[in-house]
Amino acid sequence: MPQEVAEIVRKYLRHDKKFPHIWCAGCGNGIVLGSLIRAIDLSGVEKDNIVLVSGIGCSGRITVYVDLNTLHVTHGRALSFATGIKLAKDSLKVIVVMGDGDATAIGGNHFIHAARRNMDLTAIIINNQIYGMTGGQYSPTTPYDSKTTTSPYGHIENTFSISELAIAAGASFVARGTVYHTQLLDDAIRLAILKKGFSVVEILSNCHTHYGKLNGMETPVAAMRWFRDHVAVVGKEGALPPGRSAETDEKIRIGVLKNVEKPVYSEEYQKVRDHAKNSLSS
Amino acid sequence: MSAFGSDKKRVLLQGNEAIVEGAIAAGCRFFAGYPITPASEISERMSRRLPQLDGTFIQMEDEIAGMGAVIGASLAGVKSMTATSGPGFSLMQENLGFACMAEVPCVVVNVMRGGPSTGLPTNPSQGDVMQARWGTHGDHPVIVLAVSTVLDCFQITVEAFNMSEKYRVPVVILSDEIVAHTREVVTLPSVGEFEAYNRVSPKMPPEWYIPYADNSMGVPPMAAFGEGYHHHVTGLMHDVRGFPTQRPDEIEALVGRLFRKITQGFHEIQKVETFMMDDAEVAVIAYGSVSRSARRAVLDARRQGLKAGLLKLITLFPFPRHSVEEALQKCRVALVPEMNMGQISREVKRVNQTVSIVKKYNRVDGQLITPQEIYQQLIKI
Ligand SMILES: Cc1ncc(C[n+]2csc(CCOP(=O)(O)OP(=O)(O)O)c2C)c(N)n1
Ligand code: SF4
Repeated sequence: MPQEVAEIVRKYLRHDKKFPHIWCAGCGNGIVLGSLIRAIDLSGVEKDNIVLVSGIGCSGRITVYVDLNTLHVTHGRALSFATGIKLAKDSLKVIVVMGDGDATAIGGNHFIHAARRNMDLTAIIINNQIYGMTGGQYSPTTPYDSKTTTSPYGHIENTFSISELAIAAGASFVARGTVYHTQLLDDAIRLAILKKGFSVVEILSNCHTHYGKLNGMETPVAAMRWFRDHVAVVGKEGALPPGRSAETDEKIRIGVLKNVEKPVYSEEYQKVRDHAKNSLSS
Repeated sequence: MSAFGSDKKRVLLQGNEAIVEGAIAAGCRFFAGYPITPASEISERMSRRLPQLDGTFIQMEDEIAGMGAVIGASLAGVKSMTATSGPGFSLMQENLGFACMAEVPCVVVNVMRGGPSTGLPTNPSQGDVMQARWGTHGDHPVIVLAVSTVLDCFQITVEAFNMSEKYRVPVVILSDEIVAHTREVVTLPSVGEFEAYNRVSPKMPPEWYIPYADNSMGVPPMAAFGEGYHHHVTGLMHDVRGFPTQRPDEIEALVGRLFRKITQGFHEIQKVETFMMDDAEVAVIAYGSVSRSARRAVLDARRQGLKAGLLKLITLFPFPRHSVEEALQKCRVALVPEMNMGQISREVKRVNQTVSIVKKYNRVDGQLITPQEIYQQLIKI
């Protein structure tokens, strides 16, 4: 292990207490964990000032492993708890990790409203297109026609695009990455953490144990190949780079898809406080 | 400083407003909720009052989110509460259980209206008593307090915050539509006349902090996020360090402690008021707005020579069995009038053990039980 990796591991992981982790060997969650701690380290935000919040699912277990202020809440509600933390103590940097089901099925309402309010939170969504923890049932991002344990005859529903949902709902910053493109992922998470306002990183990840097994991608390597071959990296703010072709247009766009400046909720609420105090003294 | 709670002051307030003032006096600086009749005035007044005090009010997208935000704020070190009525209270149950499990102090007000379902939005009821005790799944400790007057709304809310901070449990305040919307002139206690208790913070360095370690009270000190303790908080069964566990010995120790801390504090938590009970032969056991009707009925019965008395329950859970037992031993009959099908009368019967006769009187038609009705029941005895 290179020296700097060892140092980061020592600094950010509850290495002496909580390992081995519960994830399947080769699960994308581990890659996201690595990316997250590198991004936090590079962001320069003090460990003590970070709260990492997660919901329920395989992805939700991430909070156990990281030596920050950590909170593991109910299924789908992580953004609500995070909203309370952030409004009660604005000096804290609140990062929320969710699965696709957690964030967009049971927690879909909280997700769009946190984006609409432009809460100063970082939402990291590990999109493995399935409910991993409960054994491979379909989620709002499960592709049409694929097999899951609750769509044995093929899935008939349309999918959410998590990034487009976040863009439409009013997030300040939206990026998409994959667990194959780790350097891009490190950058995206770091930018999201440093961004003021609601920032979303959607990460395409693999659950070979369930999704892969039923859909012809039994190994993590097969999933990695798929990610490698089916994405196009966009340039600044979501545009495909010059030289785009019909072929790149077909692909899943990864990179920073939206990055705008707008007032964040806590700043707006400070105006409310000032106004209320003025009205009291006048 | 606040206009209320700082000086002795006679003010005209409705129950819902007095709850807000009580909360603020107790140190509440965060409110998250979702509008619902007959609790909306609590949100409305909070939205005006909290920003004046550098606090925070937010109207969330639903009650599930409201309860989540309240717990989040409390974990960040700010006393927090929410308020709702039946339908919203149902939505809060899962996160309420989280607060029990992770031992996060917070206060939830349920201004009861007729149910089930959307029920009777603008009429009073006491139908949520058992839900307040057992609404969230699993074995769990919780404290439930009932208010019956505007002054109660202030004082019991202060009490609710104190208990939640002291025992690290969610405290549910049950009000009802009558208490909520009755306006009365009250003299609010001034600062110094009541205690505002704050949770105990850890004093040890972070490396020595064991977030869920047992102690004599069964209530471990609570660090807020951002104080350097970087601990883990979860709704899963956890060991003393707060990390998930499936070890039977650790689970048993946790659940045991969660119950023990309330049992140990029982005498302090149990709150009742008695009226003319000293020589009473017939007791009315009542709570909430019904206890006001009962008080009047007791006076009327006394005028007719019937030795009646009132035991008003403030603490509903843990059930104040010692006070109830005492009343049952003293009186030949106990009458329990309630605006439900008999939720507290069951508890009274449970502790009665055939010592006395327990009669119930119930209304579920959205109407208050009047003094005359209780009086009629009393003279029949
Ligand atoms: C209220 C509630 N409903 C259902 C569950 C069961 N449950 C646990 S995890 C999960 C789905 C997780 O899927 P996802 O959010 O995509 O995360 P992943 O496990 O794939 O990381 C479900 C349905 C629960 N814990 N709580
Ligand atoms: S079940 Fe799927 S998501 Fe869960 S740890 Fe295994 S591979 Fe990862």
